[in-house]
Amino acid sequence: MKGSSQLGALAVSFLTISLLAFGGANAVIPEMHRQAVEVAHWMTDREFVSLYALAQAAPGPNVMVVTLIGWHVAGLAGALVATMAMMGPSVLLTFFAYRLWSFFRHRPWLNAIQNGLTPVTVGLVSSSAFLLAQASDHGTLAYGVTAATAALTYWTEINPLWVFGVAACLGGFGLL
Amino acid sequence: MTDLSLPSSAPPPAPSLREIFLSFVLVSVMGFGGVLPWARRMIVERRRWLTEAEFLDLLALCQFLPGPNICNLSIAVGARFGGVKGSAAAFLGITGLPFVIVIALGALYGKYGGAPAVTDALLGVSAAASGMILAMAARLSRPLLVRRPGEAAPVMILVFAAVALLRLPLPWVLAGAIPLSVGISWWRRG
Repeated sequence: MKGSSQLGALAVSFLTISLLAFGGANAVIPEMHRQAVEVAHWMTDREFVSLYALAQAAPGPNVMVVTLIGWHVAGLAGALVATMAMMGPSVLLTFFAYRLWSFFRHRPWLNAIQNGLTPVTVGLVSSSAFLLAQASDHGTLAYGVTAATAALTYWTEINPLWVFGVAACLGGFGLL
Repeated sequence: MTDLSLPSSAPPPAPSLREIFLSFVLVSVMGFGGVLPWARRMIVERRRWLTEAEFLDLLALCQFLPGPNICNLSIAVGARFGGVKGSAAAFLGITGLPFVIVIALGALYGKYGGAPAVTDALLGVSAAASGMILAMAARLSRPLLVRRPGEAAPVMILVFAAVALLRLPLPWVLAGAIPLSVGISWWRRG
């Protein structure tokens, strides 16, 4: 019954992460890494980084890294379970919150919650950047790629595909 | 000034389920490293389903709630034009094709992922992705640090230290940080 217990563990991990993902998928990379690499030992640090990069290089929402983690752990069933567990709770919450939105959108407490959540999100998102940089930057040039991408993304409207292409070439030729 | 005098500014009729689904499919495969800008372009500029203000209002809801923002947005936009069915159409549209694509990439990776050149190339991509996320954090933090640095900066630093440096489990961190941060912003309101 190893298969079904893996599916159960995937479901539990991502059901929890779904409702903690304030700021979206890019806010919970450290928690995904903690669950997948340190707690459940589904993959090595290096494999986690590869799967994350693969999801980034594919078109679509950033959250699809979850699908790849599920796929890696338990094939197609794992991909479905992980994806549904990650999306299900937040999607249901959004559906019901949308119907109440016109009712509570101008309440002062809502404003306080929104204002309070943003700095938390910034802390989470910068943690994600830190963790990924730590896991993937082993040389000076790799740190250079991270820094250059950050600067280009912050100050220009460059298409990420170009940056990914250049970075993949540098890495593929063994320069990083 | 009546609508008759400005026929082109009248809002288009509500989209059908099919249109909702296909539009989100299109958006889903256009964006690399995030599809939100493409969703805005499609919803506000191209199809004119929502005005800029309506879009920002819905986006605020979706960013405030946990979960992937673009998936939350698909649910809210779908619900607005087609109830439960609209949400389902939009959600399947935004996730369906990317799901198939990453599975295909995952299968390829399973086959060729052992090659050092592949792993090294992916390492390059993730080095770039970490820079992209860093820029996202910087953009998010800029208005906060300008308007209320005294209350925002300590929370950012605390959360960063807890998650990135101490590697504490996220549920604990949020159980402490959210009440603290919301409490501060409630106390300092107005």
